[in-house]
Amino acid sequence: MNDLSAAFAAAAGLLAGGDPAVLGIIGLSLRVSLSAVVIAALVGLPLGALLAVARFPGRGALIVTLNALMGLPPVVCGLLVYLLLSRSGPLGSLGLLFTPGAMIAAQAVLIAPILAALTRQVLESYWEEYAEQLRSFGAGPWRAIPTLLWDGRFALLTVLLAGFGRASAEVGAVMIVGGNIEGFTRVMTTAIALETSKGDLPLALALGMVLMAIVLGVNAAAQTLRGAATRWAG
Amino acid sequence: MRAPDTILPLTTEALGFAHGGQPILHDVSLTIEAGPPSVIIGPNGAGKSVLLRLLHGLLAPSAGRIHWSGIADPRPRQAMVFQRPVLLRRSVLANTTYPLGLAGLARGERDARARAALELVGLAALADRPARTLSVGEQQRLALGRAAALRPEILFLDEPCASLDPAATQAVEAIIAQLSAAGTKIVMTTHDLAQARRLAGEALFLHRGRLLEQSPAAQFFAHPATPEAAAFLAGALVW
Repeated sequence: MNDLSAAFAAAAGLLAGGDPAVLGIIGLSLRVSLSAVVIAALVGLPLGALLAVARFPGRGALIVTLNALMGLPPVVCGLLVYLLLSRSGPLGSLGLLFTPGAMIAAQAVLIAPILAALTRQVLESYWEEYAEQLRSFGAGPWRAIPTLLWDGRFALLTVLLAGFGRASAEVGAVMIVGGNIEGFTRVMTTAIALETSKGDLPLALALGMVLMAIVLGVNAAAQTLRGAATRWAG
Repeated sequence: MRAPDTILPLTTEALGFAHGGQPILHDVSLTIEAGPPSVIIGPNGAGKSVLLRLLHGLLAPSAGRIHWSGIADPRPRQAMVFQRPVLLRRSVLANTTYPLGLAGLARGERDARARAALELVGLAALADRPARTLSVGEQQRLALGRAAALRPEILFLDEPCASLDPAATQAVEAIIAQLSAAGTKIVMTTHDLAQARRLAGEALFLHRGRLLEQSPAAQFFAHPATPEAAAFLAGALVW
């Protein structure tokens, strides 16, 4: 019990003191996960919107695949990206393996299906409501995509937050493709895993507290956005 | 009188529509001329809404054809307001400018036209409100104003007052009358006979998917030519 409270006190000290190593780890975590969300959004949002409005053979299979990929285990995602980026892999010449770039790529691959699947769910219900009116205005499915993305802006921000939450909390993918190299590819989750196994509880706890604060912040933001969405959705 | 490039009259020849093997409309031949509102009446399930959607081009007929006059593309000359208004998750003004943007109007003109249309439907003061927070009556007026901003030659209205209280109905009817007086051809469905009497220039009576009568409103309401129409008018009056 004393160990635990001592660890908490030390963790608070680390955070309050602005320990540069801790700040570096937090900064890299945010940079990697935010970059991954941006990249995944550039693919996932338009893809989800397209799936919401377009009807083509294989659409059902694609939706099932995306929904299944929402549950893709991060370690498996990390393994796949590792194979792609390893020296002998198809993208090995990029030299990305064990760099933050590889971690961004792995998290983007991990959450792009989540963003696409959730976007599809949100926008398909909008499209059911809008389709006839938009056709009356002379707008077909293609023109509807930007309209739906804009009208779904609040709901889609919560989708992005869900993606960010998933990315910042995962450990398996960044561990495999980043390698947890101190000062270079060490992020909060990999540091917690390592420090806990080494027995350095204060650092692990400090990072854990920051991670929890981020998760709380994300959820609070999502809650606020839901309020705004309801206001505009009426 | 009429603009030389008018798309009216609108005629249909033996128009039919079936859905999933279920016939909904048969052999509807009609002519819609410019002038006072044409009101399509008939019992529930007669095919009124389907007929409007066919005329507006939202559904493809399974038999017969629809013919617009003139050489102009009829699509951008028509607009439709649905029974339940479909409003975008945007402000009242943005809802009104949206179809104008699709129609290719320059930004400045969109705004001016939209504001004029909102003035017409009495929503100018609410221009910046989220559209979906309006009351049901205001939403229907916004849908009307949004359609009117397109300055259509013909405006289809599907039961525009179906879910409105008497005051809101009165407001919507006043807008319809004003649009009609300004030269917009109104083609609307209603199951409200009193409303049909107030608005109709001519009446089209649909019964079980067939057009049984098309005649000037005064004549139709005084002397319906078919027993079905007489029964419908009598039943509705008793009720």
